[in-house]
Amino acid sequence: MVTSKNLLGIKELTTEEIYHVLETASGFKDVLQRDIKKVPPLRGKTVVNLFFEPSTRTRISFELAAKRLSADVINFSTITSSVIKGETLKDTALTIKALGADFVVIRHSSAGVPHFLSRILNISVINAGDGANEHPTQALLDLFTILSHKKKIKGLTVAIIGDITHSRVARSNIYALTKLGAHVRLICPPTLRPAEVRHLGIEVFNTIEEGLKKADVIMTLRLQLERQSKGYFPSLEEYFYLYGLTTARLQLARDNAIVMHPGPMNRGVEIESEVADGPQSVILEQVTNGLAVRMAVLYLLAGVKK
Amino acid sequence: MKILIKNGRIIDPSQDIDGKGDVLIEDGKIKEIVLAQKNKVTSWQAGKLASLQTIDASDCIVIPGLVDMHTHLREPGFEYKETISTGTSAAARGGFTSVCCMPNTNPVNDTIAVTEFIIKKALSEGSCTVYPIGAITKGQKNEELAELEALKRTGCIAFSDDGRPVTNSLIMRCALEYSKIIEVPIISHCEDLYLSEGGVMNEGFVSTILGLKGIPKAAEEIMVARDLALCQLTGGRLHIAHVSTAGSVKLIRDAKACGINVTAETCPHYFSLTDESLISYDTNLKVNPPIRTEKDVEAIKEGLKDGTIDVIATDHAPHHFDDKTKEFDSAAFGISGLETAFSLAFQLVGQELLDLKQLIMKMSATPAEIMKIPKGTLSSGADADITIINLENTYTVDSSKFLSKGKNSPFNGWTLKGTVEKTISMGKIYDWS
Repeated sequence: MVTSKNLLGIKELTTEEIYHVLETASGFKDVLQRDIKKVPPLRGKTVVNLFFEPSTRTRISFELAAKRLSADVINFSTITSSVIKGETLKDTALTIKALGADFVVIRHSSAGVPHFLSRILNISVINAGDGANEHPTQALLDLFTILSHKKKIKGLTVAIIGDITHSRVARSNIYALTKLGAHVRLICPPTLRPAEVRHLGIEVFNTIEEGLKKADVIMTLRLQLERQSKGYFPSLEEYFYLYGLTTARLQLARDNAIVMHPGPMNRGVEIESEVADGPQSVILEQVTNGLAVRMAVLYLLAGVKK
Repeated sequence: MKILIKNGRIIDPSQDIDGKGDVLIEDGKIKEIVLAQKNKVTSWQAGKLASLQTIDASDCIVIPGLVDMHTHLREPGFEYKETISTGTSAAARGGFTSVCCMPNTNPVNDTIAVTEFIIKKALSEGSCTVYPIGAITKGQKNEELAELEALKRTGCIAFSDDGRPVTNSLIMRCALEYSKIIEVPIISHCEDLYLSEGGVMNEGFVSTILGLKGIPKAAEEIMVARDLALCQLTGGRLHIAHVSTAGSVKLIRDAKACGINVTAETCPHYFSLTDESLISYDTNLKVNPPIRTEKDVEAIKEGLKDGTIDVIATDHAPHHFDDKTKEFDSAAFGISGLETAFSLAFQLVGQELLDLKQLIMKMSATPAEIMKIPKGTLSSGADADITIINLENTYTVDSSKFLSKGKNSPFNGWTLKGTVEKTISMGKIYDWS
């Protein structure tokens, strides 16, 4: 059962709620394999995609998920909005409310913005990524993908490689995987490791060789290239040399390990093309599953009494 | 004009007085204190005084008007956040009769003209005495020293680039050298800007969970250590503003033990809150330096107790609602602190960390002594700056009722003990009861 009208983060979800979303997503995945992929539950509802950060896959995934559920969709991005005219976030939110939207899907570079919106709006707020805080639907689609290959989460060893400090995907996955009983390992340079992250019940590795040993699942994260100019690492070449996921390193994991990436990828920076396109990669499945998971989230939140 | 404050518990650490008695005010000055246990029949008890206004202070403490050595009044330049008029009203409401205002206004208080403007405006519109603090560097730009001596002559009682650190160590050295000839403190806002860049809260487990950029404790401690070294080098007069970390407390304690001429302050939010309260993303908790951890809170309390931290100041930083009603990352730093400071600090007495005398000292006599202003005392002949507080009364903080324009308080809704009943500033009575 999902009890909140909002999806702000995985932090706020119970294990039961997570499984409920995943089961519901499973049903929608069947729908997506039909000839006619559209179902009616959100007919007459309006979903606003409010994106303050550039995003392609998350935005079109939410857009398509809403359309598959027969909702009307408005895309609102900073480039086309009045935000560049100096409108405050609060005014933008109130404008959307005044238009009579039922859902707002928010992506913002500042952590906590979905929480801010949920306090001033009485419609459902769905976090599509807020700063370095959370990206809950990404973690849910990752769980869904892992489950479809491994049939369980509990007891799996999941290695997450990359810039953990600035990654909302890493945080949401850490919360989701640890709630469901997986062993989570973080592999990152100490400069990109969040303060006191060990308290989250995970293991931390400085070297990729150590961290990948016998892993069941490997998640690589996108490296934001501008971090180099801030001094977090000296060069892309050195980063790839130390932390790039290569075919040779992949051998250290279990034979049937799967390789994931939230996209968009920097080939040759965090992941070698041969690995990204190789037989163990489930990267494109993640995209497909994302659609089913987002349909499930919209569907379940619509059923919560406001 | 004579005022008689009757039957209060008079506590004046500057004269080591603590006892029931009466205070007589005449023409804006303190005339006399008479303690009840002396059983002396005084002239006013004999009814010989004409035109006498009487204030009954039974069940209250009668203490020197509080002195805030760290206030932002925002005027000139940011009158939409606060003015000298509203800021000093808030001060009086909080029991303060003197405030020292920081120079990060627009224009910055780095010229005689701005200092004169503040003093004049405060005299005509202020509800308490205002002492301007001048900028250390011109425009707080960290490039060249402001004219410290001229500013001092005009009325500045200390210098600080508060809001920003003096990143150039040579300039800080020179300011400390100058502090010797002009005999005023240099107040340091300790922050390494490279380490704190983009940070909005304490760096630690909570910032990791919230996904907010952290400001490490080292950002403060590095600059505290640097300034202590410069203070030792120059023999200047250093005061460390808003101490927030356990490491800073230790550095200052060690420096004092080595005889370095340093004093330090902290603020109520650094011993009343921990970073865990930020889980709500409430922008009223965004302040610089940031609210730290339990361990730091304990160390600050210990520092207050053992005298490492001399003063409790407010760092009153009022902001407009719009500057706080936004993304946490872009919301303004600061807490509107004047109207809750005493009650929050009084909790330390309840926790038996300070006795009442020590608390009053840290909020009146000591800051007055550091700033070399003739305040913080009830001695005969002093300005009649007196605060009357009922320590038994509890109240619920309602920031919407603040006299400050800044309603940005993380303590809104808190139930606190100790109500300011009356504030008397230069003989003028403000009755809050």
